[in-house]
Amino acid sequence: MAKTEKKTGNLTIDNTFTPVTYDPQYILMVNKLKKYFPIKGGMVSQTVGYVRAVDGITFNLKRGTTMGLVGESGCGKTTAGRTILRLSGGKTGGQVLFNGQEVYDLSHKELRALRTKMQIIFQDPFSSLSPRLPVGEIIGEAVREHHLVPKEEFNDYIDQVMDNCGLQPFHKARYPHEFSGGQRQRICIARALALNPEFVVCDEPVSALDVSIQAQIINLLKELQEKYQLTYLFISHDLSVVEHISDTVGVMYLGNLVEYGATEDIFRNPLHPYTKALFSAIPIPDPTVKMDRIVLEGSIPSPANPPSGCKFHTRCANCMERCKVEAPEQKEIEPGHYVVCHLYDK
Amino acid sequence: MAKKNEGYLSAKESRRISRENRRITNAYEKQRKRKNVPESEYLTEMRDPNNAVEFDNLHTYFFTDAGTVKAVDGVSFDVPTGKTVGVVGESGCGKSVTSLSLMQLLQRPQGQIVEGEIRLNMGEKAYNVVKVPNEQMQNLRGNFISMIFQEPMTSLNPVFRIGDQVDEVIALHDREGLSKEAVRQRTIQLLEMVGIANSQGVARMFPHELSGGMRQRVMIAMALACSPRIIIADEPTTALDVTIQAQILDLLRNLKDKINSSIMLITHDLGVIAEMADYVVVMYAGRVVEKGTAQEIFANPCHPYTIGLMASKPVVGKKVDKLYSIPGKVPNPINMPNYCYFKDRCEMCVAGCEGEYPCEISLSPTHKVSCYRYYDKTDKGGDR
Repeated sequence: MAKTEKKTGNLTIDNTFTPVTYDPQYILMVNKLKKYFPIKGGMVSQTVGYVRAVDGITFNLKRGTTMGLVGESGCGKTTAGRTILRLSGGKTGGQVLFNGQEVYDLSHKELRALRTKMQIIFQDPFSSLSPRLPVGEIIGEAVREHHLVPKEEFNDYIDQVMDNCGLQPFHKARYPHEFSGGQRQRICIARALALNPEFVVCDEPVSALDVSIQAQIINLLKELQEKYQLTYLFISHDLSVVEHISDTVGVMYLGNLVEYGATEDIFRNPLHPYTKALFSAIPIPDPTVKMDRIVLEGSIPSPANPPSGCKFHTRCANCMERCKVEAPEQKEIEPGHYVVCHLYDK
Repeated sequence: MAKKNEGYLSAKESRRISRENRRITNAYEKQRKRKNVPESEYLTEMRDPNNAVEFDNLHTYFFTDAGTVKAVDGVSFDVPTGKTVGVVGESGCGKSVTSLSLMQLLQRPQGQIVEGEIRLNMGEKAYNVVKVPNEQMQNLRGNFISMIFQEPMTSLNPVFRIGDQVDEVIALHDREGLSKEAVRQRTIQLLEMVGIANSQGVARMFPHELSGGMRQRVMIAMALACSPRIIIADEPTTALDVTIQAQILDLLRNLKDKINSSIMLITHDLGVIAEMADYVVVMYAGRVVEKGTAQEIFANPCHPYTIGLMASKPVVGKKVDKLYSIPGKVPNPINMPNYCYFKDRCEMCVAGCEGEYPCEISLSPTHKVSCYRYYDKTDKGGDR
């Protein structure tokens, strides 16, 4: 038992977790990962509370597979993705093992080397590209920085990366504003893949795009995955896209992973009341289907002041007395299908 | 590098276009700004008295310095009273411009309706919205037509309280001379109607204190303030989560029946359309390519674009290996081809596609499609 207790004024962060040992079949192992953002207040900007953006999530990701992360906005999906990549400062607690190495233990220099192995594709292709750099430079900047290819091969290499992502070589001299949304997203993908990563976090890569463009980008991501054996963490609120692309799915609610398992298991047999409600809300493009919808009342509570016990109890249809006081633990119901709910206690 | 110069305009050419545009738009603006226009000028007859709105061959152009953009190019469809009509299409296909034409909220003076009629049923009489002058239009907006905008985050004023913003709508359209207290009472009523529990408290809040779903409810309350005959919902749930989307759609459906009005629902989500709409209009590059009842469109999509659109969206519970994606991209709106706009992306072309833009073919009394593939079928009586 590793136990660390940070104390800031009267605010305690419970940081208890059992360290996991590295299993080589998993490229990424996340164990009780926590990320809290302090709320500053008072005269001298003291920390008066925490926004519990990611509150202890645990999952393992196999090499060459895709994990979908779904949930409402504000549930901590994006923060989880960024925290795994060590992009949002320090973690608050838990472990992130990438290829068996704790990401947060690395020195600056080691982290730089690791950066080529893990990349991110951002949500909004309109604001994540520098308007002042030509596309060739956007894609090639990091390649040059990391000395991945010799100088004389540099141009050919960029051409090849762009070709893989469906961009033409003459696009290299153009600037991002000359491209449509779908093409910009291709540039973002090319930028991430130029470094030959093993693991890519796709943070809502298609939500800003039109339906027909979405299909192109999803197909591209799948093709590239087969070609380069990539591992994706696919963050999205569009459940139909997640079902299409993922092998495993994690459902997040208010910083917690409430259910996690293989895509078929989760969609065929959702166990957690929140997952059930979420899936029943998906509109089906068939007017003859009449759904019996579970409508969730109210909205997601504030992560700065989450409800006691199970965080979902305020909106849960199957709420018991026990749910209000005691937080449930993650349990394996079927092989590989985990749920965090008191309903499934034996 | 001839490709690079495509779309390039010399300064001289650009000046000429902009002078020409000013001449055209000034003429339209002069027409609209006249005072005391006799009602007879914009009175018209509905083709079918059961329709709330009829769009008839609507052409809305934008006169820009780079050339004329034909945003809406000959759109005709009806919105029957008490029904929901869904308008689907990709961004830039003219869905929003169609609805803004009805509201007369186009960006002036560049955006102008150059041809066609929009007939609005007002009970005893019908107006041709295209010809209604500005002052009269103020009475139509809110009372007869109202709109729910796409982004609830940006369409509320951040410096006024929610209650004051709703009050304003009621007071502006009020004909009975309500007192301030009565107006506020009506506001509270409206907020309760759209399912805001703490309506007294919310009325005193500022928009930033509310979540996205709550803000959209406030927008709906404002739109419904005067019980309009037609509500235009322009992507009302695009910015919202699925669970909140379900709540908002439920609410819209119930309220529509309560005040007996029609909804024109603009969205690109076919799932939302299937759930809400009685009739569906599919638009592509400023034209209606297919329209019909929801059952007809979803059970038997006929236009290649509709088929492609449906195949390109993954559906929960239906496993496909590779999503279909429509090849190519939308043609340049300034320089539209003179044949079928979809021909260059179409994988089902037939011999006739070389010809001019196909006209509308009736597959059933309600189901109409603009495609050469169905030309011969109608000759046999169109019994499909």
